[in-house]
Amino acid sequence: MANKPLGVTTAEIELIAPAGAGLRRVRLGTLLWRFCRKKPLGAAGGAVMLAIVLTAIFAEVLSTHDPIATDAAQTLTRPSAEHWLGSDHLGRDIYSRILHGARVSLFVGVGSTLLGSVLGGVIGLLSGYLGGKTDLLTQRVMDILQGLPLLVLALVMAAALGPSIQNVIIAISVPIIPRAARVIRSSVLSIREMQYVEAARGLGVGHLRIAFRHVMPNTIGPFIVLATAQLGSAILVEAALSFLGLGVPEPYPSWGRMLSVSAAEYAQKAPHLVLFPGFAISLAVFGSNLLGDALRDTLDPRLRGA
Amino acid sequence: MVGEALESPPHAVWGLPVKTYIAQRLAIALLTLFGMSLVIFLLLRLAPGDIVDVLFSTGGYVRPEERVAIMKELGLDKPIWAQYVEWLRQILTGDLGKSYRYDLPAWQIVKPLIPVTVELAILSTVFAVLLGVPTGVVSAVRQDTTLDYVLRVFSLAGLSMPSFWLGMVIILGLVAWLGWIPPVTYVPPGENFRLHAIQFLLPALAVGYRSSALMTRITRSAVLEVMREDYIRTAWAKGQSGRVVIWRHALKNAMLPVITVIGIEFAFLIGGLVVTETVFNLPGVARFLVQAILWRDYPIVQNLVMFIAIVVILSNLLVDMLYGWLDPRVRYGE
Repeated sequence: MANKPLGVTTAEIELIAPAGAGLRRVRLGTLLWRFCRKKPLGAAGGAVMLAIVLTAIFAEVLSTHDPIATDAAQTLTRPSAEHWLGSDHLGRDIYSRILHGARVSLFVGVGSTLLGSVLGGVIGLLSGYLGGKTDLLTQRVMDILQGLPLLVLALVMAAALGPSIQNVIIAISVPIIPRAARVIRSSVLSIREMQYVEAARGLGVGHLRIAFRHVMPNTIGPFIVLATAQLGSAILVEAALSFLGLGVPEPYPSWGRMLSVSAAEYAQKAPHLVLFPGFAISLAVFGSNLLGDALRDTLDPRLRGA
Repeated sequence: MVGEALESPPHAVWGLPVKTYIAQRLAIALLTLFGMSLVIFLLLRLAPGDIVDVLFSTGGYVRPEERVAIMKELGLDKPIWAQYVEWLRQILTGDLGKSYRYDLPAWQIVKPLIPVTVELAILSTVFAVLLGVPTGVVSAVRQDTTLDYVLRVFSLAGLSMPSFWLGMVIILGLVAWLGWIPPVTYVPPGENFRLHAIQFLLPALAVGYRSSALMTRITRSAVLEVMREDYIRTAWAKGQSGRVVIWRHALKNAMLPVITVIGIEFAFLIGGLVVTETVFNLPGVARFLVQAILWRDYPIVQNLVMFIAIVVILSNLLVDMLYGWLDPRVRYGE
């Protein structure tokens, strides 16, 4: 451990400069190209995510209708030239709603993942670095938060906070905190024993500064792995919450919400109401899972298979 | 969810005699439960507005004296800490409280729901193990072949689909291709066993597929790890057939982490069941929890969540003990 170049895992070195070449800065393009060659599935997942992000950004340009405009004359129509993916019970265009839904689902998914991972990461960093009683206490609190199924905790949180986009983000981020804290803590535990940290301590650098300036940058690998892995489940939890009516409120078109309305009565009459939003959710989660797995294998081999 | 599978490693306590190990686990479990009760209690008190507002929000105006009477009846006029102590007392005496909505003891409502959820959870777990473990073994043995890739994508797909959506699609498929609509209301096993079995099999497939994906991943990585061990090389060197090496030598040790995951997944299934029971209209605990949340029936919510927490912690405890029993290194405190 100690004689490894600072801040870079062996896998990263292999990726950056394979076959014994000297360690040097490589252009981002080259790095991406190597990732695509070594991890084709991961690259495919990345492409899917990129497509969804672009969809979310350009939803206005790409959509054919106003996602919340109703049309009493065209309710529950099958997919056609007018409504590419059909229309729902209020005559709203499903295709346009799915495009705009990408915005809501990604925003909530990424927002809650970031919030949860950053909060959990800071907690894990401090708890792992400080150790002792602080660590023990924090660990027990994390145990408590992790003792409930993710969806159940998010459900209770969402109910307690009331429906709004911010509250849904908070509700989904809370169950992510203990998971992030654990991962970051365990990597901090090994980093803090490294010689350069000892050197910094010897120079009289303050604890907070060591934790944030010297230790934290080296946890970025596990952090990225963790965040990508959690993104998929955050999107799934959002879908479930919205499906149950505790998620993103109307009129925002959220994928889970679209399923909830259609499930009630119209599923038999208009199966496309159920199929397409579900495809969208599955595709987004599938993409982030593929990408997450590949990133984990590349950046943090210790977590492989976990 | 993927990440929580391999946590709580008992390795950390190797070196302790087994009695100390169990006592330590029990103490931590109790402490966790206590903390959890505090979190749940405070969380629900965070909610804006009190229960009376919520109860009567549809009914309009409530007279002040009526309001005071209701608060008194529900015990909400007491200070928060007193309410908490009262709740703890209730839990310890096994009293689940009274439902605001039904005006009945909660236990009376919840009791008939438990078998439904337990049956569903067991069926899903059985399906997940039957599908996931063999898939994981094959995937590991045929590492990096086309078959391995196909199986991995198949299991990743299971992790990516919302299980409630998969359930809806299964129903739609049955209707479209077989012209058969599954029963909309719950069929008790005594009434029509075949219909009952089908009614439970469908959601169990939907939920079990997701869990099976976790089992596949863990089994695959556990088998891969074991296959690199020296004693496996010895077995190969002795000239034993592939089947014996894999099934007799490798699987035996690879099963430890798999068992951990099975135990944890069983408890965590209830999260997946929350929505699936709603979709399939099955009267289980998970669906009732959702309804209680929607009705703001908070005494029920906090007791049910506590109940789930106890189930989760008990199964974690059970897995730890099982681990100690299966792994001699834990048992003998080496």
